[in-house]
Amino acid sequence: MASKYSNLTFKGYRRENGRVGVRNHVVILPVDDISNAACEAVANNIKGTMALPHSYGRLQFGADLDLHFRTMIGTGSNPNVAAVIVIGIEPGWTKRIVDGIAETGKPVTGFAIEQSGDLKTIMDASRKAKEYVHWATELQREECSVSDLWVSTKCGESDTTTGLGSCPTVGNMYDKLLPEGIYGVFGETSEITGGEHICKARAINPEVGERWYKMWKAYQDDVIEANKVDDLSESQPTKGNIEGGLTTIEEKALGNLEKIGHESKYIDILDAAEAPKSGPGLYFMDSSSAAAECVTLMAAGGYVIHTFPTGQGNIVGNPIVPVVKISANPRTVRTMSEHIDVDVTGILRRDMTIDEAGDSLIDCIMRTANGRVTAAEALGHREFVMTKLYRSA
Amino acid sequence: MSIPQLLVHNPKDNVGVVVVEGLTAGTKMLCVVTLDNSSFELEAKHDVPIGHKIALKDIKNGDTAVKYGEDIGKFVADVKTGEHVHVHNLKTKRW
Repeated sequence: MASKYSNLTFKGYRRENGRVGVRNHVVILPVDDISNAACEAVANNIKGTMALPHSYGRLQFGADLDLHFRTMIGTGSNPNVAAVIVIGIEPGWTKRIVDGIAETGKPVTGFAIEQSGDLKTIMDASRKAKEYVHWATELQREECSVSDLWVSTKCGESDTTTGLGSCPTVGNMYDKLLPEGIYGVFGETSEITGGEHICKARAINPEVGERWYKMWKAYQDDVIEANKVDDLSESQPTKGNIEGGLTTIEEKALGNLEKIGHESKYIDILDAAEAPKSGPGLYFMDSSSAAAECVTLMAAGGYVIHTFPTGQGNIVGNPIVPVVKISANPRTVRTMSEHIDVDVTGILRRDMTIDEAGDSLIDCIMRTANGRVTAAEALGHREFVMTKLYRSA
Repeated sequence: MSIPQLLVHNPKDNVGVVVVEGLTAGTKMLCVVTLDNSSFELEAKHDVPIGHKIALKDIKNGDTAVKYGEDIGKFVADVKTGEHVHVHNLKTKRW
């Protein structure tokens, strides 16, 4: 059934595999920590490219290594990325990442440092990066339907105003845009604790709900119960959450879950950095609740715009995905206005409805999709943080 | 309608959230329940920062705190109507 949101369009970059990006980055991607320097040198040589340095990629194994490759390949494959240079210390794992990204059909070339050294690698990779920049900058935006958008969400430095205002705003957006065929995702496994009965019931069917509960319980048993030394107060909820008035994880979880609205049901569960495969709809991604880790994983899953409710003012951004900040806290909007894209403080004054706030967020999402730079982008927030499951070998 | 000082999610809740800056003890707060838009008045007994909670009724040590109509933890001290509720008198039941 057509709604007033059905005809929304934006100008995006349609990629070789049919997915649509809202940014047009040429990325220089290190396979491993010791290749960061070469990637940063290439990005310095060739303007219009961006290196994504990180801390890992050596001697990882098993599920942790799988996650590393999934995050690397997913980041390069994201439709906000036009073309990719991959640089690794040796050719084997470099090729594995290049081949993974190449499945999208986008231009990607790998370089290995061993038997060349940094300087020759930097020269060769810089020449290729320059070619990619010329090519990417001639790509044109074209009209796309709202249904081409993949919109993720995760909140941060939450307080009690997020549960009252900014999270319900995101929930209202999902209730309006998921029926139009967008892909959505929420996550933050530990942060559902206290609301797990509600989250389980929001699955599309009992089988998916059971799988969700098993995943949530595994994190409780294998990570929290196995490693905790206290009730996690000041970690989850964080010190900032407590400053903002949140007292317990249960209270934080109930506010968090406002992000999925009232009508939406999640259709499947994604492993960290996994791309959805069950069609349009809402997904849950098994992920950390730490902002930069979570947004990095969702970007690797293929999401192109992130909606980020904040209470006390988390300032996180992402290098390849625009992060749209929403706040209902008048003190935060007053003292940290440069970080906030959507001001929904009117909800607390009762002069703005959740419906109006949701429309205001949708308007900001469409403008961001058309190319408007978000606060986090303008301020240079490019937090790219890999999730690590256990110590390397 | 005047601007409320305290918002309550659900009529079942026994705590509400201060939504204005600089709330001082003795303020007669306009309180609004967001679920049904009903309102009532309550006197704040402490200076309470924006975002922090206030007890809507007298509460006994060991009672359950209710917000969003759901269990958000256990009180670890007696709390009187209008007093500040936070980590000093409310704890998680998990972990």
